[in-house]
Amino acid sequence: MGTQDIIDRCERIYRDLDFGYVHEWKARTGGKAVGFMPVYVPRELIHAAGILPVGIMGGGDDVEIIRGDAYFQSYICHIPRSTVELGLAGKLDVLDGMLFPAICDVIRNLSGMWQMMFAHKYVRYLDFPQTFNDAGREFYRAEMAELLVDLEALSGIQATPERLNASIALYNANRRALAELYDLRSAEPQRVPTSELYLLLRAGNVLEVSEHTAMLQQYLAAARVSQRPLRDNVRVVASGLFCEQPPLSMVRAMENSGCYIVDDDWVLGARYQLHDTATGANPLGAIVDAYMSDTVATATRYVEGDDKGAFLVEQVRSRHAEGVIFAAASFCDPALLDRPMGQKALADAGIPYTAFTYSENTGQVQVIKEQAGTFADSIKLWGAVA
Amino acid sequence: MNAEVQKEESMVLQKKMIGEHFETLSKAGESGRKVVYTFVPGNLNELILAFDLLPVHPEVNALQSGMRKLSGDYIQEAEKQGHSEDVCTYVKCDIGMLKKGNIGPTGEKLPPPDLLLLSYTGCFTFMKWFELLKQEYGCPVVMLQVPYQAEGKITASQREFVARQLRDVVVPALEQVSGKKLDEDRLKELLASSARAEDDLVYVWESAKHKPSPIDAYFGGVYYIGPIFTAFRGLPSCEAYYRELRREVDYRIAHGMGPTTPEGELRQQKYRIVVEGPPNWTSFRDFWKIFHDEGVVMVASTYTKVGGLYEQGFRHDPARPFETLAEYCLGCYTNRNLPARVDIIAKYVEEYEADGILFNSIKSCNSFSAGQLMMLRELEKRTGKAGAFIESDLVDPRYFSAANIKNRLESYFQMLEAKRQAA
Repeated sequence: MGTQDIIDRCERIYRDLDFGYVHEWKARTGGKAVGFMPVYVPRELIHAAGILPVGIMGGGDDVEIIRGDAYFQSYICHIPRSTVELGLAGKLDVLDGMLFPAICDVIRNLSGMWQMMFAHKYVRYLDFPQTFNDAGREFYRAEMAELLVDLEALSGIQATPERLNASIALYNANRRALAELYDLRSAEPQRVPTSELYLLLRAGNVLEVSEHTAMLQQYLAAARVSQRPLRDNVRVVASGLFCEQPPLSMVRAMENSGCYIVDDDWVLGARYQLHDTATGANPLGAIVDAYMSDTVATATRYVEGDDKGAFLVEQVRSRHAEGVIFAAASFCDPALLDRPMGQKALADAGIPYTAFTYSENTGQVQVIKEQAGTFADSIKLWGAVA
Repeated sequence: MNAEVQKEESMVLQKKMIGEHFETLSKAGESGRKVVYTFVPGNLNELILAFDLLPVHPEVNALQSGMRKLSGDYIQEAEKQGHSEDVCTYVKCDIGMLKKGNIGPTGEKLPPPDLLLLSYTGCFTFMKWFELLKQEYGCPVVMLQVPYQAEGKITASQREFVARQLRDVVVPALEQVSGKKLDEDRLKELLASSARAEDDLVYVWESAKHKPSPIDAYFGGVYYIGPIFTAFRGLPSCEAYYRELRREVDYRIAHGMGPTTPEGELRQQKYRIVVEGPPNWTSFRDFWKIFHDEGVVMVASTYTKVGGLYEQGFRHDPARPFETLAEYCLGCYTNRNLPARVDIIAKYVEEYEADGILFNSIKSCNSFSAGQLMMLRELEKRTGKAGAFIESDLVDPRYFSAANIKNRLESYFQMLEAKRQAA
């Protein structure tokens, strides 16, 4: 199968707001499905309880908001509106529950709305520690143990240590395949267009993990032998897009502006931790350890010490990027409040950046393309800032 | 507006307390007193005072700047520095104030923090705020994470998590910055004093069940919460303030009087309203006047519970110092899930015999605002009372549209009148 066939399938999954794959998977396996909002949830736990984890990233630019706007004030990001719209339209009925991880105040309150709107469904808010010490570890372990009990009750399947270890191994393989994909794009960006990488990531929100990993491996094999010319583009990191997602047209506009995006933070839940989770006698403990000590320094995670922005600078350095594009969803508190600190770290390191906002249904991407293009031109002309 | 605003003894007392506090702060450098910046919701005032540290609350400075018409310039200063138009204006006001010399509400310079005590309850933005301030001041930060009451109750695991952080992380940090060991007996004394003041505050809130109500529990209420939610809870001056406030309320009840407002006493109380959400600070008096002119009294509000829901039974308990502080942090209003918030407001409507419910949805504050329209629907369904929904901001004057808000409210009052006549 060539890259185009794989990407065509990914785009069909991306556009399918009726979650046809989830319906089909449930019918085929008799299993349950649980949705989760970005950025991060430990999908291994859900999987080990025999449940399909389904990443819900709003409605994108294919959903007309009719009822969702009646639930929210004017000044708020778009993802809760379209998620409510999907829920009220019955598109999420296929899900047997929803998880709302601690990302920001909007997603937090959305969990309460879901409790009221879908009282017959399983709804859980997941509080993640921001204190990375023993107290935080104990709290997180208790949260995850409770979640596991709930999931087991939902599916009727006990997540034994064997099942947990097997799920961890599958997600480790998936993370490795994604890391390979990111490495290939960074090394040879012409072989992995960012719009394709983005669609591959989005497919992972829906597909069962082993099926997704197999798809990634097929794509990698095909991409390595693909013949695409290397352009004189500027290498950039895209930052701030971890929750509400940009429309596909915007992703394409960014890369058609003369930029090769060589690292990014979209669909971050799939790449939130940096390395494998250990398998062994205490798989739940290993999942806790992975979160506590091996995750990315994103805006939704408190950064202790004096190294705020260091992760972003390191991303730029390790990927040999020449600049950063800060793109944040309008009214995204975590991304927008984090941005000045990221910008300061970049300025201190002499790395150029530009910034703009978007929403998931941004229709006019020409302005964004021009801004990204101007940024690319300025780097070509003048290089790094003084 | 009347040129001469009526002042009651409690107001004079509060003004004096605040003035003295800011004067002490301005002299912190000379006196060697150490300064802790922290937040209002779920604050650890007794613990801070037990170490003889001086607390500063950046959001109080921001709201004071808003009331003094300084916030617009501060916000623009922060935006010039690269802060987004979309984010919390308390944060930008604070950053802008810092960039313009850090002159506090009384006109005196605020001291820089010796410690940023990141005790954040019910608001994710607080975490980002102190990350930003850390870059500005380069001082240590200590984090106290308070989990969210997602199921509408405090779990044993949450209580233990917060109490353990207090013992293992916060106290050692306060010991280090103050150079003193924690005196637990002193902490217990402070907590006992808090509980006494809290009794009197609850008495004041519940006085609004009288008709006419002797208080305005929103516009007046924000003054009532000043001492107990900021630098004074645990001190004799705080107890004295609430004793005096209670005495004044008793006097008004005895004489069938309404609350004191900037327009004088509110005599004709036509409608009784429960309010959800913070007030607008930049046009605070204009906002209040709209309601005063229509004979509206606010009999209960949620904003005045951001620092504690005492009327639901919570009191600081000196017998269990760490657990009680943990429960306090966990119990603040915006740390409760939306169904619990709906329950609280529905109960207010019933107990205070309200005619309607007003939501002031704040651009800056997703902690309060995200989901408020859903809450309003639920409340209308449950209580049968009409709701109004307006939008403004905390301290950004660009987002207070007086004409729009007035129009909406006038329509709302007409609806209340029509409902009353139909009843």
